[in-house]
Amino acid sequence: MKYKLALATALLSATIFAGAANAKTFVYCSEGSPEGFDPGMYTAGTTFDASAHPIYNRLLEFKPGTTQPEAGLAESWDISSDGTVYTFKLRPNVKFQTTEFFTPTRALNADDVIFSIGRQIDEKNAWNKYINGASWEYADGMGFPKLIKSIEKVDDLTVKMTLNRPEAPFLANLAMPFASILSKEYADSLDKDGKKEQLNQNPVGTGPFTFVAYQQDAIIRFKKNADYWGTAPKIDDLVFAITSDAAVRYQKLKAGECHLMPFPNAADVQSMKSDPNLQVLEQEGLNIAYLAYNTTQAPFDKPEVRIALNKAINKNAIVDAVFQGMATPATNPIPPTMWSYNNSVKDDTYDLEAAKKMLADAGVKDLSMKVWAMPVSRPYMLNARRAAEIIQDDFAKIGVKVEIISYEWAEYLQRSKAKDRDGAAMLGWTGDNGDPDNFLDTLLGCDAVGGNNRAQWCNKEFDELVKKAKVTSDMAERTKLYEQAQVVFKKEAPWATLDHSLAIVPMAKGVTGFTQSPLGDFTFETVDIAE
Amino acid sequence: MADAITAKTPEIVTTGQMRRQMLKEFWFYFSENRGAVIGLFVFIALVVVAVLAPVIAPHSPFEQYRDAVLRPPVWAEGGSWSFLLGTDPVGRDILSRLIYGAQYSLFIGLFVTTLSLLGGILVGLIAGYYRGWIDTVIMRLMDIILAFPSLLLALVLVAILGPSLTNGMIAIALTLQPHFVRLTRAAVMEEKTKDYVTAARIAGAGPIRLMFRTILPNCTGPLIVQATLSFSNAILDAAALGFLGMGAQPPAPEWGTMLAEAREFILRAWWVVTFPGLAILITVLAINLMGDGLRDALDPKLKRS
Amino acid sequence: MFGLLLRRLAVLIPTFLGVSIIAFSFIRLLPGDPVMLLSGERVMSPERHAQISAQLGMDRPMVIQYFDYLGGVLTGDFGSSIVSKKPILDQFWALFPATVELSICAMIIAVALGIPAGVIAAMKRGSIFDQGLMGIALVGYSMPIFWWGLLLIILFSGTLQWFPVSGRISLMFYFPQVTGFMLIDSLLSGQKGAFSSAISHLALPSIVLATIPLAVIARQTRSAMLEVLSEDYVRTARAKGLSPFRVVGVHALRNAMIPVITTIGLQIGVMLAGAILTETIFSWPGIGKWMVDSVFRRDYPVIQGGLLLIAAIIMTVNLIVDLMYGLINPRIRH
Repeated sequence: MKYKLALATALLSATIFAGAANAKTFVYCSEGSPEGFDPGMYTAGTTFDASAHPIYNRLLEFKPGTTQPEAGLAESWDISSDGTVYTFKLRPNVKFQTTEFFTPTRALNADDVIFSIGRQIDEKNAWNKYINGASWEYADGMGFPKLIKSIEKVDDLTVKMTLNRPEAPFLANLAMPFASILSKEYADSLDKDGKKEQLNQNPVGTGPFTFVAYQQDAIIRFKKNADYWGTAPKIDDLVFAITSDAAVRYQKLKAGECHLMPFPNAADVQSMKSDPNLQVLEQEGLNIAYLAYNTTQAPFDKPEVRIALNKAINKNAIVDAVFQGMATPATNPIPPTMWSYNNSVKDDTYDLEAAKKMLADAGVKDLSMKVWAMPVSRPYMLNARRAAEIIQDDFAKIGVKVEIISYEWAEYLQRSKAKDRDGAAMLGWTGDNGDPDNFLDTLLGCDAVGGNNRAQWCNKEFDELVKKAKVTSDMAERTKLYEQAQVVFKKEAPWATLDHSLAIVPMAKGVTGFTQSPLGDFTFETVDIAE
Repeated sequence: MADAITAKTPEIVTTGQMRRQMLKEFWFYFSENRGAVIGLFVFIALVVVAVLAPVIAPHSPFEQYRDAVLRPPVWAEGGSWSFLLGTDPVGRDILSRLIYGAQYSLFIGLFVTTLSLLGGILVGLIAGYYRGWIDTVIMRLMDIILAFPSLLLALVLVAILGPSLTNGMIAIALTLQPHFVRLTRAAVMEEKTKDYVTAARIAGAGPIRLMFRTILPNCTGPLIVQATLSFSNAILDAAALGFLGMGAQPPAPEWGTMLAEAREFILRAWWVVTFPGLAILITVLAINLMGDGLRDALDPKLKRS
Repeated sequence: MFGLLLRRLAVLIPTFLGVSIIAFSFIRLLPGDPVMLLSGERVMSPERHAQISAQLGMDRPMVIQYFDYLGGVLTGDFGSSIVSKKPILDQFWALFPATVELSICAMIIAVALGIPAGVIAAMKRGSIFDQGLMGIALVGYSMPIFWWGLLLIILFSGTLQWFPVSGRISLMFYFPQVTGFMLIDSLLSGQKGAFSSAISHLALPSIVLATIPLAVIARQTRSAMLEVLSEDYVRTARAKGLSPFRVVGVHALRNAMIPVITTIGLQIGVMLAGAILTETIFSWPGIGKWMVDSVFRRDYPVIQGGLLLIAAIIMTVNLIVDLMYGLINPRIRH
């Protein structure tokens, strides 16, 4: 009996590949269930990987492997000289998917764009609250309701968006998953049948894969979209096998039950790399972990003191102890995969003697301080307490006494914002749209003091640079401004930049055409399996 | 005056004799059960290990030997005598962690059992003695607690109170409590009608004295049996909470937490997973063996079956 | 019989109300602000905070919130998940069959092995057989099942590769979910090999989940059998020269089953607790894993609704057990 079962399972796993001859099935062992299939309402990458990327497209798309937006459903666009009016020319003859539950009668037009974005910014829109608890986290987070004055249809294939103020990251925002374009025709037909909530369960889009079925917490099935406007996918079927445990995902990958998996255990990476049947990609994630000094309080108001302390932090030890090597020490406040990353900025070297001397020169003696450590594991900092202990150890060597404190997570987030916070707070950030503005202004701008700016750092020179970059549409010009801002940042050192964690993607040997996205997306549009 | 003395002295003597007699009888039945005796010895050994942990553990349970990460046990290929049961993913000696872990598990068992036993007796006595609406309210409350799977209730309670060993123990004690309440209440209701209680009441004994001095000693048997059961349940549940990341927090060498931390290595290093679980199993088994013996010896209804 | 049902219901209703109050107040006792956790590192604007609080109904007096909630529950509206925004009851029904299927398989294993083991042990009382079986039962009873599950995975999925690591069926099979029970649906689909694939996926989780109930049933059967075997009528039957098979099979077993059935009923609650661990280990998409995930996601409405639904199931099962007991054993009817 047992042998029979064994044989049966062996045969089963063999057939996945054998069956590939006539229909290529690509299995992705995803790490969690999608929250829903209407990407506008959610924020989790897991949800976007199962909805926005396979099923939908956006006006602009991120160029694979970069954080730069390029033409998507919009073939071209025009920005008015004051930077407030965006006119998009839509790609003609883009067909929506035909599914068991919907057959489109028309191609993509301006109405679909107005519907998709409009419902997220207008509370009076009939689709603003189409299911109980509907909310538009990202549209809100990116300030769309206040930013966008109007969206108008010029003709069937032209849409005009008017902003209340110039905002250069707007194009990148439109390439984000939440700005996916849905079919208004489909929504109307659901409305007519009184089944509005289906929009979040049975999705229809223009993307490379057509939704087939979702079995909760277990499997999502897609098939190739035969009418796709771009290059047709090379695989016929795409299956997400939801497997929340990383060790189990690895086991399935080894057993050939899936072709690619996200988020391996750091402990397994070494053996994955030495497995001849696997290949492993790695890249810095779009994140940063930092230790923010309170720059309004003595002696941390002096840049020399902050730099001295930065010199005493052994970042490599943190990377080893917390990430088992699966991270890189951070120099700039933005990750190296982001455009405008300034390679010429050098990190403060780990040098205890120099640090001691700098502190003495600044007249600081017998310093004791608090270091705040988050109570939870985050992608950019798996174990804050362990990192804080290493910092404590290092600071002790230069005569600085450290007390590590922590609060319950919600409380931590709240208290660390306070302007009169006592001590340096460890925290981090995962980027949203790949635009440097999303790090530099959001986390370090003057208007974020008392909020996201945990260093309470308001530097005129820095702030002017990033504010100017925000309203400049010219990419080269923006790049220059951000590069300069990073130089100012390093000179002033409001943070100790700790690390960028690595995103590691193990996959079967035969998989080709997978590009790792700096935004952490998993897209299978161009993936193929070798015979 | 004289009457009172003559009346009291023989009672003390008989009580003492009776106690000795009961103890003898208890040991007779208990020792007849071979499993129970083995369980007792294992349990004593565990207590000794826990108490002497700082002396007998070869290493500190927290020290990380960075050049000896994931070393297999001594008998396996690549093992060494300095780490008898191997090391964990950050190079800590597993044997030492297991030894210190015994402290955690025994403490958890003791603390949880004491807490739920004392609470349960108090509440059960009140319910059974006063009856009426107090009884109804208390019993409904117990029904409510019992309507949830204990682990789920503990999990949610810990999520609310914040994950820590203390909160885990409180949560588990709460889920184990109803059994003690029900037992005590049933015993009180049965005993209350008996002649000696009526006699004591007529003699003027107050309710507190009646409950604690007169009635309670007569229902200790089932309570002790239930307490042993709770002891092993507490260890299992605390380990399960630790395993789900909601019990003792790393780097504490609690066995369930050790298992949780080791989980990602199951396919690479069997020993980091095997030994903590084995330790839990042995401890719980020893206590349950003792529990069976205690039941045989203390519960007259189940005696000899 | 009807009277018994009414009396039980009279107790059940206040208990259910109590359960709903507990489930309801849990999320309101939480330290910190659950709404704020939703945004993590991102700073939430006060308007947005107020909007979400209002959506969750957390801006109104507690008592009103509770009666609203209770009213919803009684009409089948358990609210929606914060995370997925889907109705909780829909999610529950989507996942519940998986847990039921697993529990039934585990129960079949437990009963099919536990009762014979108990009977044999009782008949051969004191023998090596008895001691061995009861020894194994006690080990099973003492088993930390989360560890047991891991061991089975290491051995049968890792080293021997006999069984799959997780999931309910091989991915190559795709058929509509008619009943939600994979075994039945796979048969209905008519696809070759689908049923055996479903069985091989069920094997390890149900063995793990069956472990403790199996031990309890074996022990309970043994002591019930011993009690019955010592009773007069059995002795008489024996003295009359009836074959031991007839004595045990016809007379003793039937009477011994009464307490055993109660035990089996009570084990259903134990199984739901065990499902929390088993489903987590095997990534089994059922309600146990759903609850654990929700606790970690801090999806409060789901925790609240899930607690209530699970408690309601346990209470219903206990009621059925009570009534069955009343049917089998007329003595306790009044």
